[in-house]
Amino acid sequence: MSEDLRAPVAFTVMAVLLAIVGFTQSWSVSLSVINLCIISSIMAIGVNLQWGYGGLFNAGVMGFTALGGLTAVLVSHDPIYEAWDKAGIGIVISAIIFVLSITALLFVFRNIENKQIRNTLIILIIVFGFIGINNFYGPSIDIIESINPAKTGFLGGLGLPIIFSWLIAAVIAGLVAWVIGKITLRLRSDYLAIATLGISEIVIAVVKHEDWLSRGVKNVSGLDRPVPYEIELQQSEWFLNLVERINFSKLEAMQSLSSRQDLLNDLVIDSSGIFVKLCYAGLFFSVLLLIFYLSQLALNSPWGRMLRAIRDNEEAASAMGKNIFAQHLQIFIIGSAIIGIAGAMLTTLDGQFTPGSYRPLRFTFIIWLMVIIGGSGNNLGSIFGGFFIWFIWIEAEPLSIGFMNMLAGGLEYDNPLRMHLLGSAAHLRLFIMGLLLLLALRFMPRGVIPEKIQKK
Amino acid sequence: MENFEFINAIVLLSNFVIVPALSYGSQLALATLSLTIIYGVLRFSNFAQADWMSFGTMATILFTWLFQSIGITAGILPTALLALPFAIIVTALFCLLIDRSVYSFYRKQKSQPIVLMIVSVGVMFILQAVVRFIIGPNDRKFFDGEKYIVHALDFKNYFGLEEGLTIKSTQLITVIVALIAMISLFYFLQKTKLGKSMRAYSNNEDLALLSGINPEKIVIVTWVISSILITTAGVLYGLDKSFKPFTYFNLLLPMFAAAIVGGIGSPIGAVIGGYVIAFSEITLTYAYKKFFVYLLPENLEPSGLMQVLSTDYKFAISFIILVIVLIVRPTGIVRGKII
Repeated sequence: MSEDLRAPVAFTVMAVLLAIVGFTQSWSVSLSVINLCIISSIMAIGVNLQWGYGGLFNAGVMGFTALGGLTAVLVSHDPIYEAWDKAGIGIVISAIIFVLSITALLFVFRNIENKQIRNTLIILIIVFGFIGINNFYGPSIDIIESINPAKTGFLGGLGLPIIFSWLIAAVIAGLVAWVIGKITLRLRSDYLAIATLGISEIVIAVVKHEDWLSRGVKNVSGLDRPVPYEIELQQSEWFLNLVERINFSKLEAMQSLSSRQDLLNDLVIDSSGIFVKLCYAGLFFSVLLLIFYLSQLALNSPWGRMLRAIRDNEEAASAMGKNIFAQHLQIFIIGSAIIGIAGAMLTTLDGQFTPGSYRPLRFTFIIWLMVIIGGSGNNLGSIFGGFFIWFIWIEAEPLSIGFMNMLAGGLEYDNPLRMHLLGSAAHLRLFIMGLLLLLALRFMPRGVIPEKIQKK
Repeated sequence: MENFEFINAIVLLSNFVIVPALSYGSQLALATLSLTIIYGVLRFSNFAQADWMSFGTMATILFTWLFQSIGITAGILPTALLALPFAIIVTALFCLLIDRSVYSFYRKQKSQPIVLMIVSVGVMFILQAVVRFIIGPNDRKFFDGEKYIVHALDFKNYFGLEEGLTIKSTQLITVIVALIAMISLFYFLQKTKLGKSMRAYSNNEDLALLSGINPEKIVIVTWVISSILITTAGVLYGLDKSFKPFTYFNLLLPMFAAAIVGGIGSPIGAVIGGYVIAFSEITLTYAYKKFFVYLLPENLEPSGLMQVLSTDYKFAISFIILVIVLIVRPTGIVRGKII
């Protein structure tokens, strides 16, 4: 197949697959899958910028996603004034001590030549910084966590609409990426992967266990929503009228007034769910389009050309006077900021923040799979990869159960082998993911929608 | 009893810090060695290594069950030690099968290390599925035989101390087996012809090929050694704690941290890195309150837990050390790129 045709065909197949889910399961399920597909696509674009255009292997995807999620909480949750009054000052002081110690460390590291003096100073700063922080920090977090622990027990957030958090998440993820990039980007490619994986592990550990900041594994639920609530919709006049108009023929067919009313009620409940998901889908899709448009614009600019030049031949680009480290840092920050946005969107969609669900190793590599299968170096490919792989990840479970049922077809109901096969069906999807990755790397290393070689 | 305060404190430290760290460190050192061998000879970071560990341990458990069902046990030692050689053979064969069907293609193409690393992620997913499919995702204990070498109660009664020294037999077995494995590995690499040719191949591939070293043979030997090390490490860990695929999978992170901290590609570095990571994980998360209560006079007794970091950060610690090493000494403790 000619490469120009691949993208339309791939997206048509994807649309048909989603429509099949809509018809056979339900449109509500199909829409939930689509929403997560869009978020995955955004993450995949972020990773693609770093890997496909910059040649950087960032295995810290889940760390940035968690940061995005944390930002959503910190922006949208109402502030807990009581906690701030009683212990806010302690947290602020420890934060100041922390920043001061880090600055002092950096200063000593850069400016003092004598090794002995330098090492003594470093140890002194660490010990005193630690003692100082411990003095204020421990008691303050005890107070914060004891204030209404069942419901809050943390500092709360800013109380702004959650949609702002998408932008702020980009800023925060970008800042953290700047720090991480400074430490790791001089490393060789596979070192970089391990280092970023490790740092994302640290980020997730902090989000999981610093209860005063994020409630940790106790989760924050009931976050504010950028779209209407189902229950409000069900009570509003215009929505009732809309549902009535759309389903006019169905309602007409009903004989009695009471059965007609029952049907209308059911329809309203169903459609309110679908309407909310559609709202999310619209919001997410506009973000996806915007990010896609901006990254295409950037990558077709001289800046994008320079990035590809660095990726394809670092030495030559360096000889031409390009600062490779600075460019790598830029693209690392931009890609991570995009992942941060997706993280905030994910938390917005869930309406809750569950730090326990960020599993660095597994989900990071699923995003990677999206980029590689979609076609690294092609943003359209990443969008397709995001849709396709997430779709498979979700649908693999019912399919594997069906497959196992087929396999165990001849066996009796309580046959141990049959029970074992059915019980293990869930693990088949890991197998499918691995196999897909291996097959793609072997037979289609440039992905479904490959990068266009630009000849100019 | 007051004169024994000091001994009590030492016993306490040995129970909760020194002995556990020593045995965890030995397990980690073995696992890191296998990662390092693959890195040194085949030149890629193998993300599937932790799942090879689950696979090897799973094979051992299956053989252990088989032996137990036909009545073979190792007396006071765990039956798993008898099953270990058989499991190693199975694991090595499966490793070679995967190498033939997956990795060798990229080796012939001279792909970049990063491509092989991504390939290993695919293998990782498949191995996870295989292990969970065969033995399930749950926690399994497969220890049998004598549980303690030194039991707390006996020790207390015998010496009249407040703290009882405990040494589990698995901890002693771990240290002994790990020592044997390490010594024979270093003997193999330094003294035998095959080991020397492996080092030569790792040092300079082209030169090694020129001097008539058969690359296929080197690759096979590498996978076999890696399987021996990783299966042994997994079984020792499983005997000491328990076997759960997800826990094993998470060991990948400390393994990588140990490899880089020690100096990636260097076997001595791997061993040092393993112990460094294990000791720091345990010493930094242990609450020293009771220890100081024994040592210090009553009016100086600490009020807090005297813990540097909460145990929640156990996994993060290896990476904090990793980050510090990357900043201060990026080549690791032992500078090394080759075996």
